[in-house]
Amino acid sequence: MANEQITREEVEHVANLAKLTLTDAEADMFTDHLEKIFEVVTTLSEVDTEGVAPTYSVTEMRTVLREDVAVNAHQSAELLANAPEHTDTLIKVPAILDEGAEG
Amino acid sequence: MAVPNFETTIGLEVHVELKTNSKAMSPSPVQYGAEPNANTNVIDWGYPGVLPQANKGALEYGMMAALALNAEVTRDLHWDRKNYFYPDNPKAYQITQQQEPIGRNGWLEIEFEGEKKRVGITELHVEEDAGKNTHGTDGYSYVDLNRQGTPLIEIVGAPDISSPDEAYAYLEALRQAIQFTGISDVKMQEGSMRVDANISIRPVGSKEYGTKVELKNLNSFNYVRKALAFEEDRHAKIYMAGGTIKQQTRRFDEATGETILMREKETADDYRYFPEPDLTPVHVTDEWIAEVRAKLPESATERKARYVDELGLEVYDSEVLTQTLAMANFFDATVAEGADPKRSANYLMGDVNAYLNEKQVDLEETALTPAHLAGMIKLIDDGTISTKMAKKVFAAITQGEDPVEYVEANGLKQLSDPAVLTPIIDGILDDNEQSIIDFHNGKDRAVGFLVGKIMKETKGNANPNVVNELLMAGLQARKPE
Repeated sequence: MANEQITREEVEHVANLAKLTLTDAEADMFTDHLEKIFEVVTTLSEVDTEGVAPTYSVTEMRTVLREDVAVNAHQSAELLANAPEHTDTLIKVPAILDEGAEG
Repeated sequence: MAVPNFETTIGLEVHVELKTNSKAMSPSPVQYGAEPNANTNVIDWGYPGVLPQANKGALEYGMMAALALNAEVTRDLHWDRKNYFYPDNPKAYQITQQQEPIGRNGWLEIEFEGEKKRVGITELHVEEDAGKNTHGTDGYSYVDLNRQGTPLIEIVGAPDISSPDEAYAYLEALRQAIQFTGISDVKMQEGSMRVDANISIRPVGSKEYGTKVELKNLNSFNYVRKALAFEEDRHAKIYMAGGTIKQQTRRFDEATGETILMREKETADDYRYFPEPDLTPVHVTDEWIAEVRAKLPESATERKARYVDELGLEVYDSEVLTQTLAMANFFDATVAEGADPKRSANYLMGDVNAYLNEKQVDLEETALTPAHLAGMIKLIDDGTISTKMAKKVFAAITQGEDPVEYVEANGLKQLSDPAVLTPIIDGILDDNEQSIIDFHNGKDRAVGFLVGKIMKETKGNANPNVVNELLMAGLQARKPE
């Protein structure tokens, strides 16, 4: 892990996943930034974690669940009003061309 | 049809929408058919700063599905984020159980071509559904977030299925198993059950699997079967011509019965899963599992056994009655109303099913009630009406009429009183002496002729059993010397 570097290709890939368009200068800049962040995070790999269970939550809380009771917030008018574009009941978005990653 | 010299490998991934009261991660109502976006709140819209609230009911339904599919329930689980951008999911990730699914290593028994077979269930995940997009022709798409966050279970089947017909049998068995738990409506047409299929073929005896193709947009079990059969054939033709199958996602075109390329998969999807930081890990105790198991309703398998062992039905009848939960519940309720089980079963499998097919409706959409069906069956059993008259009564009870009131109002009572029938029968015997002679000469046709006369005389209202008894007595009494 310690030898791994963030490449410009990876930055472009992640930008693409995040639907961001980067200029060449921005891509260079983020490669540099991310590499520095990565270096800091890499320090963690110096710790011997052999036999240590992964930490999924930093709190000690477990099994905090909500009872299955429905509450309608009756907020749809306000929520729609905050959408950039909408009809009476639907959110309008620029036409979706590609297929979603449903499920 | 199997393709000669090749063997087929199919794995099905089924999403089932859970009938909880509220969503998986927010208290918004789960309700099919509401006005768009009426069942949404700031959590469903992914507003900044909101926190998810995991639904205990959704998790328990997931456990119920795991138990019903003979899977091990995971004791220590946490949620994961699956990241992707799409307008049907404003928070840009789905909360799922990628690392620790609620259930693992289950199986489902299917019966195919008279043989029983177990199909493995690799994993069951509880996760969130996405909203619904409608694509306009005006350069816009329209988003309804009502479904966003509805709990789903994703049931990942093992690649144990070897033909499109077997895939169909698996889906029927799976729908039945889930339906009887009561956790979902499992209706393909309403989207509460959705199927994706993976298929590959390889030469018989080959150790390595062929390249698999993923099929989407399969809107009925029949389309699943057709799409798989089309793919089986397409792969075989390509292989026979020396070609290679590319890893693709294809969709089924209902109009042509063919599959169409959606996209080619050059690299694996990159969802950047990571543990969900906004929710606590969940520990499932023995007590909790026992509690959920106790809530699990009688399965289809258990009901079938009860119908055969306790109610004396034929195995075939028990299978027909348990094809849907609605039918099985209706049967149980009819018997509970005091109707004879065998006759109740016959009516449900015969007249009721024929009625449902003719009207193209589900049992729960009709005006028919178990009390009315039981009422009609009791009228048959106590001789008030004949099975022939019952045809009219049946038509009335499908319209919600009370059978007893209907019989009264329409004078449909069967003539069973010997004091009324005997003089009629005597009169007919007096007029038909030749028939009496024929009968005593062993001509059985004479009986049918006389019964016909009596029925005509009574306008078909005479109780055939009583008529038969009285007629025989009359004939014996008039034996010629």
